[in-house]
Amino acid sequence: MNNILNSYFVKTHKLEISITIIAIVLFLIYFIGATHVFTRFPIYRAFMQSMPFFGIIAISATFVVTLGEIDLSFPSIVGITSLTFGMLLTSTDGNFFISFVLATSLGMFAGLINGLLVTKIGIPSIVATIGTLYFWRGLVNVISQGSGIAIVDVADGTWHHTLFVEKLFGKIPAQFIWFIVLTALMQWLYRYHKFGNHIHFVGDNKASAQMMGINVDLVKIIAFVQLGFFSALAGIFTMYEMLYFWPTQGSGLMLTTLAAVFVGGTSVFGGKGTIFGTFIGVLIIGSLESGIVALGLSGFYVQFIYGIMITAAVTIYALIQRKKN
Amino acid sequence: MTEELLKLENIYKNFGNVKVLKDVNMNIKKGEIVALIGDNGAGKSTLIKVITGVHRPNSGKIIFKNKEVKIKSVSQSRKMGIEAVYQERALCDQQELYRNIFAGREITNSLGFLKIKEQRKEAEKILRDYIGFTSKAITVDSTIMGLSGGEKQGVAFGRSLYFNSDLIVLDEPTMGLSIQETEKVLNFVRGLKKENKSAIFIDHNIIHVYGAADRFVILDRGEVVGEFNKDEISREALVQKMIELHESGKIKVEA
Repeated sequence: MNNILNSYFVKTHKLEISITIIAIVLFLIYFIGATHVFTRFPIYRAFMQSMPFFGIIAISATFVVTLGEIDLSFPSIVGITSLTFGMLLTSTDGNFFISFVLATSLGMFAGLINGLLVTKIGIPSIVATIGTLYFWRGLVNVISQGSGIAIVDVADGTWHHTLFVEKLFGKIPAQFIWFIVLTALMQWLYRYHKFGNHIHFVGDNKASAQMMGINVDLVKIIAFVQLGFFSALAGIFTMYEMLYFWPTQGSGLMLTTLAAVFVGGTSVFGGKGTIFGTFIGVLIIGSLESGIVALGLSGFYVQFIYGIMITAAVTIYALIQRKKN
Repeated sequence: MTEELLKLENIYKNFGNVKVLKDVNMNIKKGEIVALIGDNGAGKSTLIKVITGVHRPNSGKIIFKNKEVKIKSVSQSRKMGIEAVYQERALCDQQELYRNIFAGREITNSLGFLKIKEQRKEAEKILRDYIGFTSKAITVDSTIMGLSGGEKQGVAFGRSLYFNSDLIVLDEPTMGLSIQETEKVLNFVRGLKKENKSAIFIDHNIIHVYGAADRFVILDRGEVVGEFNKDEISREALVQKMIELHESGKIKVEA
């Protein structure tokens, strides 16, 4: 036992192991407290259906948080890109390529603006992205005039609908498979690509990174741009699932998404993070609401338990960190 | 006649309205160790950051290996053969040692994915051959956080040697080090000469500087106010110059 605890893998993966244990304990509680629900498949199908919508953004946001930055504008980027996607898909009579390329390009453009405000103008990201949060949501309201867009006629039954949200073997939602694939890809970029390496160095110590020849501004800009892209992608997934655009789309994602990143163990101070942790964070945060209700507690407990989970998790990480120093 | 490696001509650098460097002229020959001395705020750090591409001068010429160059970035100066070991050591605390050695010039495949094995292997070589770390507690996977000041300096030196540079720029390399560690660092600086490498070296401690350098350039409020070869001036005279500089605000140099 002692050998295992002192092994290299355990020493270097304390965060990941802690978060996995927390998730296992949580699911054991669900299982014991609501056996009749958690021994059947539908609850898991519901999880797999809904988690990817914010999970994809959480994975992508882990890059920005590792930089020591934050982006609060992604819920509105989801809104504006979904609106764009819905308008284009209906007006082109279901031309997926045009709609997809333009909507994701707009997402990247919104990310670019965030990146430029932070690096070239020098506004702290928490402030800059509050500005763009209101800007893009405001634009959604102005353009949509408060009404939604139904895409059911141009999307339902198409190959792209199948590609995004069809159930594999009638059971596994396609978006969940995409979510797993994207997580694996992003993990690879995060740990084993030059870009991910630079993200860690810039987040750790901007001045040192600069002196080591890393283009700090460019790294930050790309991080915001990819978050814009994945926000758009998450919006498009949601559209295919719901077959409808509504003007508040995305606005409920902020807290669950960021909570998943922080519960997952990525440091608020930058320089250290884990994509795997965010993935587990998504499983935890995404299961809490249904889990709590299934346990027989009223929905009023949901936020209260979110609060306990998040505070407990970040406290554990702070203690691990302090011990290291 | 030894060959000139780097020559600075009429370098000016302003930060907003503050003139940090005013008409700086200096040169470094091959195999020469030049010490840059002066009070805090004299412009020493700015000057070396102009050489390493962190800052761009407002005007003036930089001639490196007999060619005029514009150094626009750190990666460019590195490609030319200029390596820096900064006062802040330029290491990132939470990252592994081997990643720190290769940060900004990772060994990658054509898609930009890191060759981790190769980086670790090379880093091990650096630890063994250039730094001489014998402590088993430090491996290429250690994070910088757990290293002592001297060990950090060792990593920064090892890195600069590994990349086979012609000019090594050392910004306060002995700051915050114990006496033993300082001795190691000074030995390292003297050792550069044997390999026919040149160095610019900033240090507040005249005794350290005198022991390690061939030539001294005194900087005061952005201007070069004196320049001596080691055989022209004794240690005591150099200390005396610095005291005068400190007291009068500026020294007149008749050399």
